[in-house]
Amino acid sequence: MSDEMNEMRQMIADTADRIFRDLCEPDVVNAAEKGTWPADLWNTIEESGMTHIAIAEENGGGGGTIGMAMAVLRAAGAYSAPLPLAETMLGGVALASAGQAIPAGPLGFALPAEDESVSLSQSGDNYVLNGAVAAVAWAIPGGQLVVVADMGGQPVAALVDADKADIEASTNLAGEPRNNVTFSDAVVSACGPLGNDVTPESLFKLGALARSIQMAGALENMLEMTVQYTLDRVQFGRPIAKFQAVQHSLAVIAGEVAAAKTAADMAVHMLEAGDPGLLIESAKARTSEAAGVAAELAHQAHGAIGFTHEHNLHHRTRRLWSWREEYGTEFYWQRALGRAATQSGGEGLWRMISGT
Amino acid sequence: MFQGLNFPPLDLPPECEEIRQEIRAFLAEEKARGNAGNIEAMARYTPEYSQRLGQAGFIGLTWPKQYGGHERTALERYVVTEEMLSAGAPTGCHWIADRQSGPLLLKYGTEEQRQKILPGIAAGELYFCIGMSEPNSGSDLAGAQTRATKTDGGWLLNGTKLWTSGAHVCHYMVALVRTSPLDPENRHAGFSQMLIDLSSDGIEINPVINLSGEHHFNEEVFTDCFVPDDCVIGEIGDGWNQVMSELGYERSGPERFLSTFQLFAELVEAVGDNPTDHEAQVIGRLSSQLITLRQMSLSVAGMLGEAKVPVAESAIVKDLGTNYCKLVPEFSRTIIDTMPSQKSADLYAAKMASAILTVPSLTIQGGTREILRGMIARSLGMR
Repeated sequence: MSDEMNEMRQMIADTADRIFRDLCEPDVVNAAEKGTWPADLWNTIEESGMTHIAIAEENGGGGGTIGMAMAVLRAAGAYSAPLPLAETMLGGVALASAGQAIPAGPLGFALPAEDESVSLSQSGDNYVLNGAVAAVAWAIPGGQLVVVADMGGQPVAALVDADKADIEASTNLAGEPRNNVTFSDAVVSACGPLGNDVTPESLFKLGALARSIQMAGALENMLEMTVQYTLDRVQFGRPIAKFQAVQHSLAVIAGEVAAAKTAADMAVHMLEAGDPGLLIESAKARTSEAAGVAAELAHQAHGAIGFTHEHNLHHRTRRLWSWREEYGTEFYWQRALGRAATQSGGEGLWRMISGT
Repeated sequence: MFQGLNFPPLDLPPECEEIRQEIRAFLAEEKARGNAGNIEAMARYTPEYSQRLGQAGFIGLTWPKQYGGHERTALERYVVTEEMLSAGAPTGCHWIADRQSGPLLLKYGTEEQRQKILPGIAAGELYFCIGMSEPNSGSDLAGAQTRATKTDGGWLLNGTKLWTSGAHVCHYMVALVRTSPLDPENRHAGFSQMLIDLSSDGIEINPVINLSGEHHFNEEVFTDCFVPDDCVIGEIGDGWNQVMSELGYERSGPERFLSTFQLFAELVEAVGDNPTDHEAQVIGRLSSQLITLRQMSLSVAGMLGEAKVPVAESAIVKDLGTNYCKLVPEFSRTIIDTMPSQKSADLYAAKMASAILTVPSLTIQGGTREILRGMIARSLGMR
């Protein structure tokens, strides 16, 4: 990637970080969990052009790279931004590939799992959806939803008002909307076949990469929070950061955070270069593993206060515990990678690991 | 964000893939000779292998041609190293000389020292060991007591070095010695590095047999051992700084996460291409850790190539990498039951045995886990 693009991505990352730091205070996250939409935060992000940054300009996007979109998601993850930014990105990618205009505002994103299906069919002058998808991220009443459906064996993207579906409210561990959605002849507002090499599988992988980057951001921020806490908290007459047991525990967190960042960054880097190979699988598996280890140790370092609702450590840790299972669980991606390894065999294992 | 947690993505340039094919062809021939498949390949000493490697131009890769080097890039050397170690080729003889002692002489050595020593290393014929640890000075290196006292035309060495890998097959040692008495106010002052010909009088090399009965490391007792003035490396009194810059090369290379790769490959081979969910999951977990470690290590190699000093990043690679090496036998045990034995004809059982008996050393040598985590905590601002 050119230096100019790198600089632009850094600028976007810095701007996003500033916006989230200023406008995504812990009380905004708490209020969102109780159902208050953070309109200021969303509007600022949308007005700064960050919601569809990686979509080509002719499709109504920002004409940037996938790395720029991921930089925004990393910052959103760092501050637990209660916005469907990953879902809006994924919905935008699906709609754009189908040649459809991208609407303003947040998008939920429904990608049926292997054992689910949603069909799109013509009904008079309309196209309608039928089927059900569980745990749809940000399918919220009054909102819009992009659905990846099947039309006679052809994968399609459809835009539909969430109010046209039957929605059963549910959440993930972090209180983010993960609603069960049922479509019964739900009339769509736009639809078209997926194109430009976008497939349900590629969208699933892009979702996995998005969650990996969000986790990398959350992990990095959680490490900063935890280091600061151990420097501030005094017990036995000194900051607990001065105890070797605490230092070594935080060194382990730092190692996991470094691994998560590297795995996610490398996958983004290779995706931009054109062929991520097995790096998305590896990134989701590794960031998810890091999430579990690091969250456990961060709570231990924070002691009792970190277990309260008042302290915002749980904004990071509950998301990490949720995201490690979304778009393919930690173990799903480990199995996928493991099967690729056994296909390579012992002789070919190094070539598979090194991508050479 | 913290300094010390940056691992920028690195793309290997095309010339790296060329040299990768060259070393693979070389290693395929060596495999036919039985020089492959070793656990902890850096502890396997096969002079004939090292000589052929040198003749083929794979030692001293980055050094100037005038010293027998090949003026290739650090990343090309990285590729050669990862290919050798993943193949389990016996790299012990030339390992330290190529990785550490040669670069040290290029940086601090005299012209005479370079001309005398480096071509022999590059030819795969001169082998080096490192004399740092002592009986009472392990992690606390500044406590080293071996002393050199000035005499006519050189120095007289007295003291004992310990845990010296390969001293029994090496020609030279780079020793860290005290040339001034300990200053309690500045414990790092007064050290110097010396090039010691191990065939000199006044050196007794005693084997230290490890827990599996193998002879890798040694004790060297120096009794009025004469070291000529022209064997001082760098400046008298600057030994500590020189050693610290040397350790940078030592921490983050592929040797830190490939020690048990041959067991991992044997596990994958034994499981076959139709794994159960559990088998696939365990193998995938090990794979994602290994893929990520390699990217981190490559990233550090890139930073070293830009003359940066990624101290904490290197410590993280070694801490995570050596822990990973220990997970390989433990996770493998959850998949395939075996009675590990180094004498077993079954490759999986034999490699399991070697791995179990090797891995305790990995988180000790070259900076213990405890030292590394202290370094990482320092980069976090906790110390």
